[in-house]
Amino acid sequence: MNAPTAAVPADPFKGSLWPRVAALALIVYVIYAGAQLEVSWARIETGLENAAKFFSRLFPPNFSRHDLLVKGLLESLQIAVLASTLGIVLALPIGLCAARNLMPAWVTWPARLIIVASRSFHPVIVAILFVKAVGFGALAGTLALTVASIGFIGKLFTEAIEEISLKQVEAVRATGASFSSVLAFGVLPQVFSRFIGFSTYQLDSNLRNSTMVGIVGAGGIGGTLFAAFQRFDYDFVCAILLSIIGLIMLGEVLATGVRAIFIENATLADLFRRGSAMRRVRHSEDD
Amino acid sequence: MLKLNHLSKSYVAGTPVLRDITLEVSERGVTAIIGASGTGKSTLIRCINRLVEPTAGEILFEGADLATLNGRSLRHARRHIGMVFQEYNLVERLTVMENLLSGRLGYVSAWRAWRRKFPPEDIRRAYELLDVVGLAGFALQRADALSGGQRQRVGIARAVMQEPTLLLADEPTSSLDPKTAVEIMELLAGIARSRGIPVLVNMHDVELAKRFADRIIGMAGGALVFDGPAAELDDAMLTTIYGGQGWIQ
Amino acid sequence: MIVVAIVLSIQTVEVIPEFLADAPEQVADLLTRMWPLDFAYYPDTVHAALMETIHIASLGTLLALVLAMPVGILAAHNLVPSTPVNLVAKLILVSSRSVNSLVWALLFVGIFGPGALAGTLAIAFRSIGFVGKLFGEALEEAQPGPIEALSAAGAPWASRMTFGYWPQVKPAFWSIALFRWDINVRESAVLGLVGAGGIGMALDSALNLFQWTRVAVILLAIFAVVIIAEVVVTQVRRRMI
Repeated sequence: MNAPTAAVPADPFKGSLWPRVAALALIVYVIYAGAQLEVSWARIETGLENAAKFFSRLFPPNFSRHDLLVKGLLESLQIAVLASTLGIVLALPIGLCAARNLMPAWVTWPARLIIVASRSFHPVIVAILFVKAVGFGALAGTLALTVASIGFIGKLFTEAIEEISLKQVEAVRATGASFSSVLAFGVLPQVFSRFIGFSTYQLDSNLRNSTMVGIVGAGGIGGTLFAAFQRFDYDFVCAILLSIIGLIMLGEVLATGVRAIFIENATLADLFRRGSAMRRVRHSEDD
Repeated sequence: MLKLNHLSKSYVAGTPVLRDITLEVSERGVTAIIGASGTGKSTLIRCINRLVEPTAGEILFEGADLATLNGRSLRHARRHIGMVFQEYNLVERLTVMENLLSGRLGYVSAWRAWRRKFPPEDIRRAYELLDVVGLAGFALQRADALSGGQRQRVGIARAVMQEPTLLLADEPTSSLDPKTAVEIMELLAGIARSRGIPVLVNMHDVELAKRFADRIIGMAGGALVFDGPAAELDDAMLTTIYGGQGWIQ
Repeated sequence: MIVVAIVLSIQTVEVIPEFLADAPEQVADLLTRMWPLDFAYYPDTVHAALMETIHIASLGTLLALVLAMPVGILAAHNLVPSTPVNLVAKLILVSSRSVNSLVWALLFVGIFGPGALAGTLAIAFRSIGFVGKLFGEALEEAQPGPIEALSAAGAPWASRMTFGYWPQVKPAFWSIALFRWDINVRESAVLGLVGAGGIGMALDSALNLFQWTRVAVILLAIFAVVIIAEVVVTQVRRRMI
């Protein structure tokens, strides 16, 4: 043992004050906000009774109106496919314009504004506006999900372009190529696989939302679902929900397949394993 | 102290990694287990504290057969066996001090540990140990900010925090440069001497083993083939242990 | 195959050309009817509804974190080495994710009646799958070495969790929580359309009464909150990591 260690701090865990304050603030918030939910035992009791009744009426699912069911599901599928196509086609130029490393500020700002505006509203809210503009039906739903796709794909596409290696771009530019050739040979090959990744995710996400926009009259199975809910037609509700879950899972399988075809294993792993969990979170589905 | 009786282990039935090991370790000082890669050194040392489940045999330690213990009694037995790892196995995102105190987790309740309410005596000993391993002043650094040699020092200090009556070290120097490896072995030998406990180290570096070990155990093909002081380890024996001759200078 | 799908979809979606041609005019009409914005309406009704929306999103996210942690642990094979248990946990997570939050909201409105409670539960139940899946994956990616060292020191299960796993998954956990909160702020804005509280209810009534100047104020408020949430998330994440 060396000389007696004089400076032994009483508490070697000094950093622990901040988390405690944060935890306390969180508890205070939960109590404050929770009080506004008006939870009471009486409410929970009646709720549990309702839930028991509700679930007993959900089963067995009633598939007798399958023609209505299939029609709604097909319409949802069509909305998703069309919206994804349109969204991808429109997101490409907009995303390109928003990339700060390729475009001047006066081009990137409007493009970024479009992307932010498209991302800010839930597709169902956008659907309401389109229902007012083009009337009830699948067209409104398609346009609403197109807007959502522009926001999501545009943002990720822009980020992908901004992360590319400029060396390859310069190499192409050095050959005296025109701007379009620079894009085609210097930029797009570098972002293609990730672009396919976002697009399949967006198709997946559009499929989920296309089953919902019907709630506000924008086409698809959602309208049927909402109507069945309001008529307390719970066994039909159950049938619809099971069908939607089936469709979404089918969509997930298809999306995985498309990714496997277009992106070879390396970039697939890239998309899923890339960097921190945050990165994964960002690439995984959201509504 | 520690006695292994007919200890066997096979990961796949029919292909034993350890064959009927019987061994006694009671003397203070460093005992080195040497042998070629894949000969079961690591499995042997990990069987002792049941990080690897032995297939058959007895592990007699402080009057109990570790092979039959479970749950709480196994945890209590493990508290007396410190362990040092090749890859250090520190919790990278915790501080050096927290890593040291994690050696006391067998004694402190989970609730107290979560609130970092360790007994002052533990904290005082942790600071002393940091001094001993040459890391005074590093207490509040995060483990991922340290070099390999420094991390291994923390790993050793963590094991000693347990106040073990037996210290196991699984290839403690294999990930380090030669100079640091010597320093780490000096530290382990010093701990064996000053605390009067047996230290069981497995390593593949013969020179390092000869230099620091009081007793050498040679393994080949999952069985013991040599047991004796370093001086008795001649070239013929090394050929038996490692096979071939060309590598002996 | 993709082309066939697109062509088939175009043919079947009944695009009434007059409607589509009419659309820009309708949008312009909508915008003029939204002007001037009825700001007097904001302190009146919108502010309270907006706060309720934020509470729904925050409480829902917190509840989801609490509920998702055990399920995520049960789904992680290195923590619970039992494949049947892992599969059951994963089934819970998949079911939670497969049902849209609007459907969860319809369900809880049916059970607890209209209001913020239904909205909070809807957000929570939709988020469990998202948080639990990513939390479970983060746990499975944790390094086994430090855990082994703690086992060797005789640490009990709870201490291995808090000293071994938690420090390793903490950054991922808070990233997941922040990201889900950001999504939930957007989602909770629509729950009111099915009666589950928040600003969506104000939007619904303004829409039904064709009060476009009020609709515009509500949309602006949602836009502002969503942007603020995104800025908050970005700042907190930068500071934390």
